[in-house]
Formats: sequence, C-alpha cells, structure tokens
Amino acid sequence: MPDNGEHVAERTAPGGVDTASPEETPVFSLRDVSVSYGDHLALAGVNMDVNAREVTAFIGPSGCGKSTLLRSLNRMNDLITGARVRGELLYKGADLYAPSVDAVQVRKRIGMVFQKPNPFPKSIYDNVAFGPRTVGMKGDMDGIVEKALRGAALWDEVSDRLRDNAYSLSGGQQQRLCIARAIAVEPDVILMDEPCSALDPVSTVRVEDLMAELKERYSIVIVTHNMHQAARVAERTAFFSVQVDDAGNRIGRLIEAGETGTIFTKPTDKRTEDYISGRVG
Amino acid sequence: MVIQKGEQPQRSRLAVAGARSATESVFGAGSRADRIGNVLFRALLLLGMGFALLGMMAIIVWSFVDGMPRLDMNLITEGPSSITPETAGYRTAILGSLYVIGGVILFIVPVGVGAAIYLEEYADHTRWWNRLIEVNIQNLAAVPSIVFGILGLAFIVRGPLDLGFVAAAGSLTLSLLVLPTVILASREAIRAVPSSTRLGSLGLGATHWQTIWHHVLPGALPGIITGVILSVSRAIGEAAPLLLVGAVTFVMFDPSFFEGQFSVLPVQIYNYAGRPQEEFRVLASAGVILMLAVLLVMNSFAIWLRNHYENKNAR
Ligand SMILES: Nc1ncnc2c1ncn2[C@@H]1O[C@H](COP(=O)(O)OP(=O)(O)O)[C@@H](O)[C@H]1O
Ligand SMILES: [Mg+2]
Repeated sequence: MPDNGEHVAERTAPGGVDTASPEETPVFSLRDVSVSYGDHLALAGVNMDVNAREVTAFIGPSGCGKSTLLRSLNRMNDLITGARVRGELLYKGADLYAPSVDAVQVRKRIGMVFQKPNPFPKSIYDNVAFGPRTVGMKGDMDGIVEKALRGAALWDEVSDRLRDNAYSLSGGQQQRLCIARAIAVEPDVILMDEPCSALDPVSTVRVEDLMAELKERYSIVIVTHNMHQAARVAERTAFFSVQVDDAGNRIGRLIEAGETGTIFTKPTDKRTEDYISGRVG
Repeated sequence: MVIQKGEQPQRSRLAVAGARSATESVFGAGSRADRIGNVLFRALLLLGMGFALLGMMAIIVWSFVDGMPRLDMNLITEGPSSITPETAGYRTAILGSLYVIGGVILFIVPVGVGAAIYLEEYADHTRWWNRLIEVNIQNLAAVPSIVFGILGLAFIVRGPLDLGFVAAAGSLTLSLLVLPTVILASREAIRAVPSSTRLGSLGLGATHWQTIWHHVLPGALPGIITGVILSVSRAIGEAAPLLLVGAVTFVMFDPSFFEGQFSVLPVQIYNYAGRPQEEFRVLASAGVILMLAVLLVMNSFAIWLRNHYENKNAR
C-alpha cells in the first residue's frame, strides 16, 4: 500500500520529526473485529487502539485468540485457508483489508517475530540480509546488516562469525537474530508472538531490554502468557478471555484494554482481576 | 525408488497394506499356533531376501569372472564389431546412453520440479482436477515400462511429435517413464521444508515466489537431487521401452541427438549376449560390469548426499 504509506508519513512525521505524542494517530484502530476459521468463530467484537512507539501486550488464557488477532494485524492470517477477518481494521487510518491492499506490502511494514526462533538455515549474515535484499533496499548491505544486528543487541556477540550458520547460535541469540532480521527491513511495527516462551530466563531479560530500546523507533505488539512480562515491558495491555456461548462455542473476547498499570492494579472487570490475581487461567 | 510413505502407487500400497496386516497379526494375537505361524512367516521372509541377495551376488560374481579378460580400454573406446569381438567395445552405446540420459535430466528436472512446486505450493486440493492429477501421477509411477515404450512409439517417434527413431525420442520416452517418481520425490522434499521457515520469510514481506525460490527449493534440493539420481539410474538400465522407440543393436557411427541411429548400453549388452561366439559373451559380461559400476557410483552418490544433508540438518 505505497500510496497510503506516503500520505500517512506526511501526517505523522512532518519534516521527519518524531512526534511520539499520545495524540498521534494510532498505528492500529480496531472496530468490531472478529476472526473465524471456517465455521469456527475464534474471536469476536474487538474494539481497541494500538499506539505508536509503545509496547502493547496481549494477555489472556490460551486459546482466547491472542495469536489470531496478532496475525490479522499483518495479514499472516491470509496464509491460513479458511481464516476470515471481519470488521474494520485500520493501520494508520487506512483499511488493512481493502481490496487494493497487497498483503506482501503490509508485511514489509509490519514485521513478525515468532514463538519459536526460526532463523533460516543459512549464515547469520544471510539471515539478516534476506529481507533487505528481497524488498529491494539499496545501499551498503554490510552496513544494513551491522545496523540491524546492533539494533537487536547481537552485534558484539556475532560480529566475528557472520558467516557461521545461524543454528550455531544459542536459542536466545537465535531469537534476537530473528528480531534483527525483522528490523533490517525498517518496518513500522513489530509483532511478537510469545517471543520469550522458548527462552531461558537470562535470554528473556535480554529480549525484554531490547524491546525497551526498540520502542523508541518501532511500535511493538507482543503476545505473552507471562503477566509479569507484560507488566515489565508494556505501556498498554489488552486482556482477552474465552466466552462460552449457549451453543457451547468458545469465542475469544477482548475484556478490557488500557494502561498496563491500570489493568494490573485496578481492573474494571472481575474476569481481569481474577486472571491477574491468578485465580483462573 | 523413492516412493515415500503415504505416496505409494497402487501396487506398492497393496504390498504395504499386506505387510502391515501381517505385522498387526503378530502383535494382536497371542495363541501358540499364531506364534508358530509368525516364526514360519519370518523364516519365509528371510528366505526370500536370501534368494534375492544370492541372485544378485551370483550375477555380480559371474559377470566378473566371465568379463574380467575384457575389462580394458577398448571396452570404452571401440565401437561394436561382428568380426573382431576381441577388440570390439561399447563406444557408440556409451555415447548413446549419455545422450539419452543427458536429455532425460534436461527434461525431468525442470518439468518434474515445476510440477511438484505447482502441486505443493499452488494447487487448490479441493479442486477435482488437481486431485485427478495427483492420483494419476501416483498410478503412472506403477505402469510397466513397456507401456511407455508403446506410448513413445505412437506419439513421439510417429504421431504428433514425429521425431523418428532417434536418441531424442528415447530421451523423451524415458523421461515420461521416470517423471512420476521425480515428481513424487520432489513433492515429498518440498513438503519436508518446515512451515516455520516459510512463515519467517513471508513475515518479512517476501512474496510467495521469493519464499519458494530462496527457502523452499534450497531446503528441498538434497531430496530433489536424490530423487533425480535414483530416477536417472533407473533410466540408464532400461532397455525394453528403448527397443520400441528405435534403439538399434548395432551402431557403427557416433550418434547424435536428433538424427541417425542410436543405441544404449543395456541394448548393446543384450545384443552381444545373444551371439553364439564365446568372445561376445565375455564382452557382454564386461558390459554388465561397466553398467553395474555406473549404477553403483550413482546410487552411492545419492545415498551419500542424503546422509550428508540429514546430518547437516540434524540439530
Ligand atoms: N490455523 C488455525 N486453524 C483453525 N483454527 C485455529 C487456527 N489457529 C487458531 N485457531 C483457533 O482459534 C482459537 C484461538 O487460537 P489462538 O489465536 O492460537 O489463541 P492463543 O494464541 O490466545 O492461545 C482457538 O480456538 C484455536 O483452535
Ligand atoms: Mg498463541
């Protein structure tokens, strides 16, 4: 969606100045969004905004549709046969699901990091360079790779072995490599689906620190089943839960979203409170 | 043959089902009579395998003993002769085999891999025509080679293509024969590329085709190469369908691809073996050794390649 992009860029960053004020257009505005897989309605009636240059956390019990919603933010759901997104899903004011929008272009601007580190079975260098090469970024590739690796706080650990296979790295390093790979194409948004769930505590801390740095430049949405993580990294938190309707269908719902502090200290909904205090889920 | 689990053509599927129910009967039943039955059955299987191995050893040993005197350079550098069997060789047949097999490789790699990519990555499997194609490919893998020879004679040598009795016609015929195997093996290899790799690529904004080209095909390459090599080594040994599309038994001049007579190794061996003189029988045995050596090298390479990549990818 190049046309939308330019006009958005004019509006949010006049003269290239970062205006990370809360009045900035939200990166995502969701109005009555629901997602179904075939006949199965997985998630319904989601209304929320995601702010720019913040970390937004999705929390909730498993199966409540966190990953489903995350995937619909960069149209990865298009790859699942039968998946269907309804409602209005705006990215910087433009409809993400308009017929004229090319899902491939969407994913260039809204990158994704997965639960299990999934580097390509290639060298560290090629892992990072793949994105910039395929999206046709011009310029000094070595510089682009170094910048991305520095951005992911991995450069110092790998600068002397860029030609080694990515699988020679530890799990935590692999995940940071995947983050480097995602930021190499200079996206606007990074979506992360439980990025630390396969990592040890030390690596988890590093990735969390990294998120705090990255939000200076990127908007981040992270799915996590770890409430403490949400409390540590996120400005805003959205709590999802599963509702069972009369016919016995399990449908994911957004229960409440807001400032992380508010969600954790004085939630307005009983279900949030129960979940936070560990009484359920 | 690299026909994988769940992908067997009709005939091997029957064999597999039979074997499975035999195994199940072993585990399912506990009576004494059944156990004796099992022991007998196992003995029978071992005996069968022993016969097969014995037969193979016999051929190898016999060829070596018989053909040893003629394992010389003339075997490769000299053409056939009906007058001087002591110095005659397989030159024109080897060249013919090279042409035919070269053509097979040029044909089956793009077509086979292309078909596999289409079926795995693009085809909508809910459409009846795609399912029809799939079932047909599996069945074609089980069709006897002579049927492909008749097909080649009717449509390639004569009929629409009208190439005549030339090496190119042999190439195309053998290509059709082994194409199903190449497609099945390539599909299996493509399917084995983990979806996390695909998603990682697509998640970076790569197109479907970029993902296939940069990640799926490189990952599937060892499997595809293995399938191609095994298919080619089958094609090298084929004689029957080539006899139908014009491989002749006695070619004096070096062949070319699109014109002139051609022969291939197995056909030449067949010809020499049928002659009454002792020298020709020796020559035929030497030819068998030559072909066994080529096949052994190719199959070993295929196995080496597979193990090499399996170890490399094991983590
Ligand atoms: N690829 C899929 N195909 C069909 N149903 C799916 C798929 N992915 C998720 N679902 C369903 O959607 C619901 C939400 O799943 P998910 O988004 O993975 O939840 P969470 O990430 O919160 O654990 C579940 O009922 C799940 O079965
Ligand atoms: Mg999930």
